[in-house]
Amino acid sequence: MKLLVCISKSPDTTSKISFTEGNSKFDENGVQYIVNPYDEWYALVRALELKEAGGGTVTICTVGSVADDSVIRKALAIGADAAVRIDAEPTDAYYTAMQIAEYAKANEFDLVLTGKETINYNGSQVGGMLAEALDVPFISLASKLDVNGSTATVETEIAGGVQVCEVSIPAVISCAKGMAEQRIPNMRGIMAARTKPLTVVAPADIQALTSFENYDLPPAKAACKMIDPENMDELVSLLHNEAKVI
Amino acid sequence: MSTLVYINSSNGIGKAALEVVSYAKKLGNDVVVVANGNADEASLASLGEYGASKVMVDRSVEGDSQQVTRMIASAAEATGASTVIFSHDLTAKSVAPRLSVRMKAGLVSGAVAVPEGNTVKVNVFSGKAFGHVKINTDKKIISLLPNSIQPEGGGSACSVEDFASNAGDSSIKVLETKKPEGEIPLPEAELVVSAGRGLKGPENWGMVEELASELGAATACSRPVADIGWRPHHEHVGQTGVAIRPNLYIAAGISGAIQHLAGVNGSKVIVVVNTDAEAPFFKAADYGIVGDAFEVLPRLTEAVKKFKSSN
Repeated sequence: MKLLVCISKSPDTTSKISFTEGNSKFDENGVQYIVNPYDEWYALVRALELKEAGGGTVTICTVGSVADDSVIRKALAIGADAAVRIDAEPTDAYYTAMQIAEYAKANEFDLVLTGKETINYNGSQVGGMLAEALDVPFISLASKLDVNGSTATVETEIAGGVQVCEVSIPAVISCAKGMAEQRIPNMRGIMAARTKPLTVVAPADIQALTSFENYDLPPAKAACKMIDPENMDELVSLLHNEAKVI
Repeated sequence: MSTLVYINSSNGIGKAALEVVSYAKKLGNDVVVVANGNADEASLASLGEYGASKVMVDRSVEGDSQQVTRMIASAAEATGASTVIFSHDLTAKSVAPRLSVRMKAGLVSGAVAVPEGNTVKVNVFSGKAFGHVKINTDKKIISLLPNSIQPEGGGSACSVEDFASNAGDSSIKVLETKKPEGEIPLPEAELVVSAGRGLKGPENWGMVEELASELGAATACSRPVADIGWRPHHEHVGQTGVAIRPNLYIAAGISGAIQHLAGVNGSKVIVVVNTDAEAPFFKAADYGIVGDAFEVLPRLTEAVKKFKSSN
């Protein structure tokens, strides 16, 4: 089975979020980039498990600049066979998805996996856009995935519960919690990653549909008001009269 | 010019549906709803009270993203709508991106406010910042985060017509659906009571449920609690679980790790109960109680009871 896993970089979860250039750009100063956790823990690791069980190859694909190669090597160290970097700034989800779609069309994958969203833009858009461009089924927020021949069985979140469904491949599946356990790359993986193929592909001519104009931070919270644990009537009264939420 | 609102009515018409219709109304144009699912005619017609002038329903369309996408695209064509509004729920996450490609319409997901011109405010960096996204296409798709605006009723019921969207067959075969009945869906809940490892065991959740039921709140939990299996996974709020933005979030026995905060920092008011006065959650809280959840929660339940009987 030929598996394609779309990965994105994201700032480490504990990064301080601030902006520069008149709040129009994310301030990368001192920010450590990681493989977006949903792409890594869930999509990539599950792809590797499927390959280990049934054979095949796992290729990772990202849209980014040469600065992102270190993040790609991290994903290779976890066990992907090869990587493709489409050499462009991922300006919006549409632009990113259409670039990956061009590559995926030319290389015919059985299954394309993405994380459920990135932790920086939280859009949850690339997978669905890619599926539409490839004209294949899309299942979002899968928590379990198995493949048997040309059929994938997927457990997915629905409002307040889960649903199990079947879909024929090729398909695009976005992966959420439950898919797989995190893998820490070992020394052998890290060494091997250095020599694994990382192909750089020129971008296709695509126009982004949206653009981030600027950012702002939520107003700082006022200090927490401490309430006497013996006096819950006071809390109820504050929630009613001051906060007006009950 | 009209604005099209997509609603999946298979679980009835919830608050999120009223929010998106009210939101669409604020954009100024005629509002048409396109729906699938099996809600009855009267509840679909009631969307008129929130600003819809017409509801088009195709009950033959199921949940498959390809089918729903074709249905909405065909409704957009039939009505000449240039803007499509979704509630940013699980269906929107699978359908809105497909529709964006099909219509070549710029998509903004996770909107928290009404657009200013072509620019829409969204939640980014897992709730740690807001972004202002400009849509550069004439056709636009906006997916609104639940609990971002208040539904505004007051109008009158509208007409409901059957819509043959020719959406084709579903490419997905549903084998099984597991869903507890009668619970408030967490992302839509206005009040949420949540607890963490500080509760020491699943047998102690009674006091969380009692407080929630007294308030009419949904229950939630932290990641470790879902991971050990004390509570079901769909209750897990945080970075890897569900992100929620209720009016009131009460957290007992949760320290407030950054990953947990990422899922709840959109809450309007946060109340934290913890034995440890140094718990990081107090920094993100509006009201804090340093105390034992085992004593504080039942006391709070009693206080709510007393308040409700006197109001």
